[in-house]
Amino acid sequence: LKLDQQVTCSSTRRSKRFLQSREPKLTEGQKSSMIIRGGNSSETVSQALKDVYALKKPNAVLYKRKNMVRPFDDSTALEFFSKKSDCSLFLFGSHNKKRPNNLIFGRMFDFHVLDMFELGIERFVSLRDVKTDTCPEGTKPLLVFAGELFETDREHQRLRNLLTDFFCGPRVSAVRLAGLEHVLHFTALEGKIYMRSYKVLLKKSGCRTPRIQLQDMGPSFDFVMRRNHMASDDLYKTAHRQPRGVKPKKKKNISHDAFGTRLGRLHMQKQDLDKLQTRKMKGLRKRRGEQTAETAAAAAKAPRTDE
Amino acid sequence: MASCSFEDVLAKAERDEAEKLKGITVSKELDLEFDPGNLLAFDKNRIDTREFKDCKREDFLRSLARDNTQLLVNEIWKLPTERVEEVLVAKLPDPTTLLPREKPAPKPKPPTKWEQFAKLKGIQKKKKTNLVWDEVHKEWRRRWGYKRAKDDTKEWLIEVPENADPSEHQFNKRNKAKKERVARNEYNRLKNIARAQKIKVPGMGLAPTPRQSKAELAQAVNVAKISTASVGKFQDNLPKEKTPKNTGKKRKFQPLIGDFSSEKQKQLDLLKVMDSKKPRLDVTKAVNKQMREEDMESRHKNKKDFGKKGRRGKMSGKGKAGGKGPKGKGRKPQMKQGKR
Repeated sequence: LKLDQQVTCSSTRRSKRFLQSREPKLTEGQKSSMIIRGGNSSETVSQALKDVYALKKPNAVLYKRKNMVRPFDDSTALEFFSKKSDCSLFLFGSHNKKRPNNLIFGRMFDFHVLDMFELGIERFVSLRDVKTDTCPEGTKPLLVFAGELFETDREHQRLRNLLTDFFCGPRVSAVRLAGLEHVLHFTALEGKIYMRSYKVLLKKSGCRTPRIQLQDMGPSFDFVMRRNHMASDDLYKTAHRQPRGVKPKKKKNISHDAFGTRLGRLHMQKQDLDKLQTRKMKGLRKRRGEQTAETAAAAAKAPRTDE
Repeated sequence: MASCSFEDVLAKAERDEAEKLKGITVSKELDLEFDPGNLLAFDKNRIDTREFKDCKREDFLRSLARDNTQLLVNEIWKLPTERVEEVLVAKLPDPTTLLPREKPAPKPKPPTKWEQFAKLKGIQKKKKTNLVWDEVHKEWRRRWGYKRAKDDTKEWLIEVPENADPSEHQFNKRNKAKKERVARNEYNRLKNIARAQKIKVPGMGLAPTPRQSKAELAQAVNVAKISTASVGKFQDNLPKEKTPKNTGKKRKFQPLIGDFSSEKQKQLDLLKVMDSKKPRLDVTKAVNKQMREEDMESRHKNKKDFGKKGRRGKMSGKGKAGGKGPKGKGRKPQMKQGKR
């Protein structure tokens, strides 16, 4: 917590938890992204922003209203938004005569702009236009990059890293094999990037590994590379610095005794012994002849108490 | 005959295998780079631009994507799998692509005063239960916080202890004690924060507050004066400012167990004074007091009558008297009469 936050301690536990969730952590969770609409935007750009938002839900916020921001000139407004919504990835869409159908993909480190890439949309097919069923929200997509430019050109390398960061979902330890439904394919050719999104159909093949068939789905973009702002090498290196010693989280309320048995603690509420279910306990049942009025009344009531 | 059929069987088996794998094999010039942790694949192969420039661009891209995805899926299916709740799940390794962090790594916090002490003494943290059995209410209650188990401020009956003042309000006493504990806890928490951030917190009374008494201001001035490298030795005084000789303690007490003989002597003298019937009159003190009273009277009188003239005349008179008068022990510093 920052100094002023520490000194004026938040009055409720909930607000304290909220602030702590925004603190830097040892292992970071999924990055949130903010999708912002710029000063002037065309139909294409608005629809594109909505589609990317649909892809990135629920870890995304969409700012639909016009924001007069010029990221390449002055990025303080973006940094302010990022600080307020705790998002480190952003996508800024705008349209003007000089740069039609402009999308700026970017990421932040410590709420300052790290990288920004301006891509112009030449051709765009929206989710609405492709009439196939889509995969559920939040599926981790398969990412494929094709083209030797992604390897050789420095800017393309950085763009590849940024796109991976943007579109890869949460970090998972295991994945359901039948749930690999979505694939995003990026091709780099002659200064243009072709982004396609397909639904994966796993067909039977002779052996264990299925045969893949792809079905057109989702937004497809033809991007052209425009300006970019790449972070300096040392800033990039600082952003990659990982903390030492990340301990796995311990499970609470598990202890082991000398024999190796696993024990846990349970706190019982007060039991009303009068209402205890004794019908089903054979040992407690009185002999047939000795049945008193009390036990008969208890049997007649028979409400099951929580134990 | 048998050997022919044996080879035939093997060949047939191989062909069957190839058939099976035909569905999933993809031939590429260069192998793809995989990052199964991120479900990522990178194809370095050259893309044939001629094929691409044809009208069948989408189909070309789709077939390229299909091939690459097939290779990626092959790679993922090679990973170890397990069954989690009737679902087949593949365990992913750690991702290999280095992605930058969102925020810089958190710095380890310096230990608090208690933590330092505990480390020094070797005190271990004891694991405590969440809930404690409250005998009074006969239920499990939390150890601290809202509706805790043993809350002495919430008791309806408090026995007055034998040595306590009967008119003392016991309930208020407990509430006040709690408030004090809370305030002290808060103060210590802030001190810990300040120590962690290496911020110098000024001592009591030196931080500027809206209302500061004359004594606090004087203390602040004195502290500021000695806050130099040579502890205020070369700091000049303001005109008519006096260097305070005894800063700090105004009274010096003897240690509890010190010089027994001197203590005995002091106590015997005290008894002698109490015994003697003579009144002890400090002549010097009496004289000073009288003089001061006269000065005050005369000043008030002159204020009414003349103004500056009278006062000036009186000043010289007073100065002479002050010079002549004996300087006793109990002489208080005179009030300054600067120009008004």
